[in-house]
Parts: sequence; structure tokens; C-alpha cells
Amino acid sequence: MQEETLINKEISEDAKTEQVCIEEEYELVYERPYTLVDRHMHYCPGCAHSTVHKLLMEVVQELDIQDKTVGVAPVGCSVFAYDYLDIDMQEAAHGRATAVATGIKRILPHRYVFTYQGDGDLAAIGTAETIHTINRGENITIIFINNAVYGMTSGQMAPTTLSGMKTTTSPYGRDTKTMGHPLKIGNLIAQLPGAFYVTRTAVNSPLNVRKTKKALLNAFKYQQLDKGTSFVEVVGNCPSNWKMTPLQTQDFLTNEMLKVYPLGDIKLPAPEDLVNLDIEEGVV
Amino acid sequence: METEVKLMKGNEALAEAAIQAKCDAYFGYPITPQSEVLEYLAREMPGRYGIPLQAESEVAAINMIYGAAGAGGRVMTSSSSPGISLMQEGISYIAAAELPCLLVNVNRGGPGLGTIQPSQGDYFQSVKGGGHGDYHLIVLAPSSVQEMADFVFLGFELADKYRNPVLILSDGAIGQMMEKVTFPQHEIVKPQKPWATTGKSPYKERNIITSLHIQPEKMEEVNLRLTEKYKKISENEIRYEEIQTEDAEYLLVAYGLSARISHKVVELAREKGIKAGLLRPISLYPYPYDVINKLADKVKHILTVELNAGQMIEDVRLAVNGKVPVSHYGRMGGIIPGPDEILKNLETYIK
Repeated sequence: MQEETLINKEISEDAKTEQVCIEEEYELVYERPYTLVDRHMHYCPGCAHSTVHKLLMEVVQELDIQDKTVGVAPVGCSVFAYDYLDIDMQEAAHGRATAVATGIKRILPHRYVFTYQGDGDLAAIGTAETIHTINRGENITIIFINNAVYGMTSGQMAPTTLSGMKTTTSPYGRDTKTMGHPLKIGNLIAQLPGAFYVTRTAVNSPLNVRKTKKALLNAFKYQQLDKGTSFVEVVGNCPSNWKMTPLQTQDFLTNEMLKVYPLGDIKLPAPEDLVNLDIEEGVV
Repeated sequence: METEVKLMKGNEALAEAAIQAKCDAYFGYPITPQSEVLEYLAREMPGRYGIPLQAESEVAAINMIYGAAGAGGRVMTSSSSPGISLMQEGISYIAAAELPCLLVNVNRGGPGLGTIQPSQGDYFQSVKGGGHGDYHLIVLAPSSVQEMADFVFLGFELADKYRNPVLILSDGAIGQMMEKVTFPQHEIVKPQKPWATTGKSPYKERNIITSLHIQPEKMEEVNLRLTEKYKKISENEIRYEEIQTEDAEYLLVAYGLSARISHKVVELAREKGIKAGLLRPISLYPYPYDVINKLADKVKHILTVELNAGQMIEDVRLAVNGKVPVSHYGRMGGIIPGPDEILKNLETYIK
């Protein structure tokens, strides 16, 4: 017993010394943003949600707008987003997040208001709200996670499911003749005058993670201009319901998803609209 | 200062009252017979008080109400029967999240697309739920243009007091008719809403507006809290009017438009020597069960008069608890019975 204690003590002294070394030699370059609650997430391993949550909260931290931000969670896998984001939030009925956000923004025009929605929520049951909110040019940011499947209800076909893709409700593959086509809602809403900024990103590589962060930063900053709706589509993955390992989902995402949903800006603000706004330029 | 008497439509009086009650935002969608509310507020709110917004649907409108009420605003929507049906999911969420707001149903005939004429066919929907789950709205039934205005002030006050949605259940006739109305100065008190999502300050926990409680114990805790609240509302907020009930042998029970007509029935009956009286529930939830129960001790027969197939009669029977016979007289399809017609029906129960 005594010997063990002695050894433990030695180890702990060693650790202390090591700690001091770390503090002396290394500069802290990364940590969890204080706006992100320190707890385990319920998301599946490898899912894009956790990365996007983190980026979102980094943006809120960097812009120093924790006290000025109100978020809206959807129904879907991210229904519990408010458990992780240390900001005021509302949980909307399925598909109605942008209507809820409209109500919030009309009462609190000087707050940063965003919705965080999946493909079923935003592009199926909530399509009318999505289109009309953007058509009114509501001064909010919409974050759209497109992983081509209903995640929370365990893998049913979504409006964005790829042609031929198997899901629990398209067990023989999505037949576009009878089940409709993958809905490119980002391209659709970009046609609306109320859409100020529409972009499509992914978080499948360090570069794309940084690009997504930049897109989110700009999308939030644009709310200072009150010129319309900012829309950031993140092409995500779903290891559990795609029935793949996280690594396999990256291949599927690159080889299949991005062919239908290519990354890049779909609608950019006119340069004259951005005068005096410190926006995020290139990322690398 | 003398209060000015105005001649207004019920819907317009309600809309004017909303501005005077400092309603921060109105979200609505056109539907007959209540479109005047949206039109009036679209015209009058800018420059006076509040933000009017025409939503893309009643579904969107009620969810805008959710967001705006959750952000601490004093907010209102109005619609008519089919539109109110569309709102029911949102109303259930609002009740669950305990968001104060004012809802208005200018009841028209149904089911289905029905008719644009007045009806009281939405009684069950209004007082028994409408949406899913265990919840109640506070339901107020105006029977005059003046009450259309008055209940806006009362409705906002009750909504804030109990953090509960309040429904004004009107109908196509009360909404469309023109009457004298006054707007006495109300002292508008908007309480602090520390629970609202207005932005998390570093000094407090974040505010979350949600109706999702996935843990059964947590959900039941919320259910029990709501039940306790409804009990308190039932204890404190029962409103009704009694007309010549002191010596009545025959009691009419009617609300809203039916109560106006039934008032005339009482007069005609008295002229004929029939001792008739009227009990007019003003709050349909909470319902004046005890008052009706006590009246049942004194009367020979109770007749409920409703513009439906017999809905409120179930609550009257619950109240009466078998003490005396209770019967129903009603017309549907937007047809409004005259006092003579109702009196004739009442006389069939007089031995």
C-alpha cells in the first residue's frame, strides 16, 4: 500500500512538472468556445452536427454576441441543439423554425436570430415557411444541414435523398418517377429577391470546415446590414442511417452527394451592399 | 374626459382595442368573416403601435406567434374556423411552452370549408383542447361589439397573468355587426418577462422555450404544473352574467350571439307569464359549473341555446348532474334562430 502511494505521488509530481513545462513552452491555440456547453452530445460518432454546432458557437464567441443571439432549433436530430448551445433558444414545431424566427426577429430586430434545420424540416414539411421567410427577406441566418435522410426517425427518405439511394421508405432505391427528385432547395431559394447570401459548404475536410466557419461568420455579420436572409447549406452525413462507417460516409459524400449538391456560393451579396462591413475573405 | 362613442364593426373594435392594448405584433392570414382584423391592423398599426404581418398561412402565423411571444412580445392572431383548425398544432405548443398570447376565432359554419355565416360549432375545439395533449386555453365569449373590444384588454391581462394563451371565441355575426363601442382609457401594464429569449446575459442561465420533455418524469412534472395552473384559473377566472334568474323556473343557458337572442326570449317569455331566466357563461373555460349547479336546484327545466348540434349542453349536463332535464335547441349552417322560434321550443317543456 505504502509503496503504491509513494509511486502515485511520484507520478503526480512528474505530471506537475510536465504541466509547468507545457504552460511554459506552448501557447494555447485552441479550446472549446465558452458558448458551447461542456457536455457529451447525443449525436452519432462521425456526424456533421457536432462540428457545425462547434463552428456556430465559435462564430458567436468571435463576434461577441452571446447576449444578442437567439437561436431556433428544429424537429429532427438537432431538436436538442439548445442542450449544447449556451445561448437563448426556442424549440420550434416541425418545419416552422423560420416562422418562429420571423416572430422573434420582428419583436427583437437588433438580435442575431438564426434557425438550425435539417432537410426534412426545412425542405419537406417546412418548405412554405422556408420560401416565404426568405421571400420576405427576413433578416435572419438559416443554417441548413442536408444529409439526405431523416435521421431522428431512423433513416426515412428525405426530399434531398439522392436518386436511387436506399432508405427505409425507399427500400429499393429512390425512384424519381414516383418519389420525386432530390430537391435542391438552396438553388431554389437563391432565386428569391429576399435571399441575400446563399452558399453550400461541407465539413468533410479541414479546408471545408474552415470554409464553413467563414460562411457562418459572414452570414451572421450580414444581419448587421438588414438586407435579407442569409442561408448556409452544409452538406452533411449520417453514418447511422446511411449504414456506413464515418470514413465511408466521407467517400459517399465526396463521390455522390457533392455531385448533386456541389459546394460553393450560390448567391453572393453585391459588393456595394458590403461597404463598411468587415467580412471574412479567403480562408487559406 | 368623456369617452367618445363610436360605431364600429366587431372585428374592427377588436382590432382597435389591440392597438390600444399595445399589442407589439399581429400575425394573421385572410379568412372570412374576420379579414377586417388584419385589414384594420395593416392600416392602423404603422405609425400608431405594433407590427402587422400577413403570414403565408395560418400555420405560419401561429408559429410566428410562438416565436414572438417567446421573445417577450405582446402578440395576437385572429382567424375563423378552418384557419383556427390549421393553428391547432401551434396552439398546443404555445400552451405547453406557456407563452402568453391572444387568439381570436370568429366562428363560421362547418365542418369542412363550411360556410362563411356565423356558427358556434367550434365550442368543443375551443374548450376541450383542439390540439393534442392535456392543455386548456382561457376562452372568453363576447356577445357584443363592446365586449369584442373589452376582452382584448382582459385577454392580454389574463394571458400575462397565467402565462397561458387566451382565446376570444366570437362568431361571424358579432364580428360583422356594427354597434356602439367606447374605448375607456386602460392602464396598460406589461409585466417583465424574465423567461423570454431576448439574449443570454453573462449573469444568468440561458432561457429555453420548448415543449419537448423526453424524460417521462420531466414530462409528467410539466403536466402536473399545467394542471395546477388550470386549477388556479378555474378558481379565479370564472365569468358569467345572470339575467332574471332570481325567480326563474325555466333557465336558458347560452353564450355569445345565442345569449343575445336568448335575452330577448326571456323578455318575450316573461310577457307571457313564463318565469324564464338566462345564464350567460362569459368564460367558456373555465366554465361556471357551480353557478349552473346551484341554479339547477331552483328551476324546472334547462334549455341550452347554441348555433351548433349541441356541444355546450354537455358541460351544462355535467354541471346539472341529473338534477333537472336539460335540452338543446340550435340551428346550424349559418342560420340564426329568431326569439319566437326559441320560445316556441321552450314552451314544449312547460307543463
